Amino acid sequence: MSNESVTWHRVAGRSKLTPTNPLAVEVGDKLIGLYLVDGTVYAIGNLCTHEFALLTEGFVEGDAIECPLHQARFSIKSGKVLSEPADTDVPSYAVKVDGDDIYVGV
Amino acid sequence: MESAETIVIVGAGQAGYWATQTLRKQGYGGRIVLVGSEPHPPYERPPLSKQVLKGETEPPSTWLATPDRLAELNTEFLSGRTAIALDRRGRHVELHDGTRIGYDRLLLTTGARPRRLSIPSQSDAAVFYLRDIADSLALRERLATARHVIVIGGGLIGLEVAAAATARSCSVTVIEAADRLMSRVVGPEISAHFAELHRARGTEILSGRMPERIEAGGPGCRICFRGGDSCDGDLAVVGIGVIPNAELAAAAGLKVENGLWVDEFCRTEDPNIWAAGDVTNHLNPLLGRRLRLETWQNAQNQAIAAARNMCGEPQAYSEVPWGWSDQLGVNLQLLGVPRSFDQAIARGDPASGSFTLFYLDGDRIAGVNAVNAPKDIAVARRLMAGNVTVDPQRLRDPAVPLRSLLS
Repeated sequence: MSNESVTWHRVAGRSKLTPTNPLAVEVGDKLIGLYLVDGTVYAIGNLCTHEFALLTEGFVEGDAIECPLHQARFSIKSGKVLSEPADTDVPSYAVKVDGDDIYVGV
Repeated sequence: MESAETIVIVGAGQAGYWATQTLRKQGYGGRIVLVGSEPHPPYERPPLSKQVLKGETEPPSTWLATPDRLAELNTEFLSGRTAIALDRRGRHVELHDGTRIGYDRLLLTTGARPRRLSIPSQSDAAVFYLRDIADSLALRERLATARHVIVIGGGLIGLEVAAAATARSCSVTVIEAADRLMSRVVGPEISAHFAELHRARGTEILSGRMPERIEAGGPGCRICFRGGDSCDGDLAVVGIGVIPNAELAAAAGLKVENGLWVDEFCRTEDPNIWAAGDVTNHLNPLLGRRLRLETWQNAQNQAIAAARNMCGEPQAYSEVPWGWSDQLGVNLQLLGVPRSFDQAIARGDPASGSFTLFYLDGDRIAGVNAVNAPKDIAVARRLMAGNVTVDPQRLRDPAVPLRSLLS
């Protein structure tokens, strides 16, 4: 995703995000999860593509998030499905951090 | 055709679907024939006792694949067809309409069926069981006009039905033979917690009671107990466990004892036949013993493992057993199948509505019951899969993050 084509939205404070506690945010009608992996902030769609569940309620392991409902796993860095029962990726969003502000490009 | 080879899958439930999907994902290019008794495409059963029964969703929402999707997977889906015989020497299965289908490799995902009451009944029309879409719709229609529902069996299915019935404004009596609810899968503290939840909705719970016969009395049926007392309902719903559909395999000489025996690679003793899902009695290497499971997880993941093994990729099916139930807006999750344990450690306060019980065998977790605490399950599953020793003091201390026990 090129940065020119997106609108940046401030969604959260950087200091609120820890590796084991992702944040659920909303931009318009989009549900987005924020994650911190090795010091970098990532944003991916927060709705599991298998059944209704917020991925940020799940379990972070390395750079994967496991859905709290049926244990489908997605890559935090790319949104790609890593294991069943989901078979569709979640979207991945551009992120920039400015001071304590996290912006997501949608 | 890319290959002359045929894999036949008998049983088009959740396991049958996941095997089909996985065979293609593994690159299997031969013929797949998927045989199912029901008229529906493969679907997931958990909503049948929850959202579908309450009228919140319709059956197509449970489908794992549309007929188009099955066609995309290049699968010959034979719905409404039941396999009635298996000829291992001739390597073919025979369907109820006389059709014979030859196979090179066969996967049995025949599932299970509700155990029937073995007491005399004069009122079969008022007695319901719940297993498939047709059962759920028939029961849902009856609940729409019923006033009082009797649930025979205080296990997961019975209690989910009780919860759905109260949601549809019925009053409910639950009859349980054991001295507490869900005694096969949860500890006494959890039984008590759920008994309280159900009683708070007006549900009557009769524990330690065994119906002796069902009469056609009252508004629909009369459940009679030994000793002469009875209770009346518009209908009775029976949830007293399941019986694995292993007759096809047994008649063909495969070992059946509390389910169809397979090893950790989902293999039967016949090198051309595998099995997965509810029907199996399988070796779980993680626990070092045989299990027969009736769970969503087992239907999906054992079938995936079976398909991989059928494609020549050896993969032991070795997971911590996991299941869940939703009742009255409360989520219950279960890990492990503990045969015995030394102590139960509670984390969280039951009065808060969110708590977890860890059942310890020595210094390891043998089982977990989590009430509205799904995050505990994710960590506990890893502690159990890794056979990690735990300190009970840290386990019960809510100030200690659970995931810190992993490192």
